[in-house]
Amino acid sequence: MAEVINKATRESFGMALCELAKTNDDIVVLDADLAAATKTSIFQKAYPERFIDCGIAEGNMIGVSAGLAAAGKVPFAASFAMFATGRAYEQIRNSVAYPCLNVKIAGSHAGISTGEDGATHQCCEDIALMRTLPGMTVLNPADHYEMIEAVKAAYAHKGPVYIRLGRLAVDSFNDPATYKFELGKGITLCQGNDITIIATGLVVRESLLACEELKAKGINARLINIHTIKPIDRDIIIKAAKETGRIVTVEEHNVIGGLGDAVCDVVSAECPVKVTKIGVNDKFGYSGPAKELLEIFGLCKDNIAKVVADIVNNEK
Amino acid sequence: MNNAEKLQLQILACKSRMGAIIGTYNAKSGHPGGSLSAADIYTYLYFKEMNVDASNPKMPQRDRFVLSKGHCCPSLYATLALKGYFSFDELNTLRHVGAMLQGHPDMKGTPGIDMSSGSLGQGVSAACGMALAGKLDNSNYRVYTLLGDGECEEGQVWEAAMFAAHHKLDNVCFIVDCNGLQIDGPVAEIGGIEPLDEKFASFGFNVIKIDGHDFDQIAAAFAKAKTADGKPTVIIASTIKGKGVSFMENQVGWHGTAPNKEQYEQAMSELEAQLKKLEGEQ
Repeated sequence: MAEVINKATRESFGMALCELAKTNDDIVVLDADLAAATKTSIFQKAYPERFIDCGIAEGNMIGVSAGLAAAGKVPFAASFAMFATGRAYEQIRNSVAYPCLNVKIAGSHAGISTGEDGATHQCCEDIALMRTLPGMTVLNPADHYEMIEAVKAAYAHKGPVYIRLGRLAVDSFNDPATYKFELGKGITLCQGNDITIIATGLVVRESLLACEELKAKGINARLINIHTIKPIDRDIIIKAAKETGRIVTVEEHNVIGGLGDAVCDVVSAECPVKVTKIGVNDKFGYSGPAKELLEIFGLCKDNIAKVVADIVNNEK
Repeated sequence: MNNAEKLQLQILACKSRMGAIIGTYNAKSGHPGGSLSAADIYTYLYFKEMNVDASNPKMPQRDRFVLSKGHCCPSLYATLALKGYFSFDELNTLRHVGAMLQGHPDMKGTPGIDMSSGSLGQGVSAACGMALAGKLDNSNYRVYTLLGDGECEEGQVWEAAMFAAHHKLDNVCFIVDCNGLQIDGPVAEIGGIEPLDEKFASFGFNVIKIDGHDFDQIAAAFAKAKTADGKPTVIIASTIKGKGVSFMENQVGWHGTAPNKEQYEQAMSELEAQLKKLEGEQ
């Protein structure tokens, strides 16, 4: 078994940028006065000449990134998910997505696990905002190893990419010896035919733990990790719908517009089955320690296991 | 610049204005007012100032132009056509379904357009990004961006201005087309952008004020912009909205209204008369 690394994906992101920059001179990293928090500071330290702090001006940062990309650079622009995708949404739409420029946008402190900063900083709408943009690739890696590979894939992909980063340190569950990141491909983490759990990001590991609990109770849940929310892996979802007949989605995001809706889009068109969405139920968060908030919002293994068990038991 | 050169530029600018009228008339929509105020600046940039090659629009070392006030593209399209990027006939289908020339600039579909734009305030940031890329690569290309005076009400213009000065982007040149009018009325009554020169100076810019229809002044301003060391330049160009068409001049209503058939014919006959006069002086 691989070494378990307890690390926030924002830190893995910073490390991955440094690694990529060793062999790719065209990478430029931009931040909006949050380098210490988004962990682009790791890159800043290694490559100060290719790091641009834009100050607290996210709209301009995205526009500058668009100009850099139009002139042949590969900019990675980072801020909190709230400001990167919320404040600068229209700049991303018109200056990056419409001209299909090769800009990578990283939104850290996504979801309610931002914790104590409270609702203004807990962005639960970023995936919805980015999903609606034509041509935008949306990535939400779940652990350290996945983030490292996702950043490489984002660089290799020509076109705009949004990468969601988490603040909270999480245990890794992937094995780098066997792990393979394919843009747009889901990963089946647990085999099972009673029901399918489709999860993304920070709650994938919680879902994995929930699957173990469920197994002990005789429920064999399939678990699919969706690191690429757009373009979504239609085949893996349709197959799961056909073979298990029931889906539960889990995401640290508003249930409106996120993974759950993306899955519903696929199954409603191809193989209608009931889908239950576990996520932030169209509410704002509030201050508190991240782990407590995740439990309160039901984004923890116990609640996931309970919701799944209730569905399976009620349908027997 | 000698008189023959100046006449040549005046002729090209007149043709650019005709293109804007032809384009907006055929589109039954679009923005003639600001297109006419900016035509002299476009003409000078593409025919005198910028290092560009119409047969190689993506040439890496080219100078770049970003039309931050994207709605004033009809006369820019005409200028690009006159320069040889595409046929002037494209203006006949401006804004039509399937046309190459979109209502606002589209870098993916139109040769010579260096940046998609149209949402005000955004082009200036992209121009700064291009200028920064030039600095990072030790390239000596220059980047020009034209914005409107009304556009200066957008906060992003000032984020970009701060950025350009802070990063010492002396290879970027902002040009403000100060025609004094925006959709809802005179800029002075709506946005309170003045004193624009002092604002840019306090943001760390080299500031040059000119008459934006006088080619001698335009030429001197761009020459001076190149000598600014460590500072971005802004050329504040005083212009006339609707310039060249008598009934459109200084009329706010012509910001975003296309001429009807009668107005089109009158505008074209006025511009044709100007063109004939200029050609007669050659």
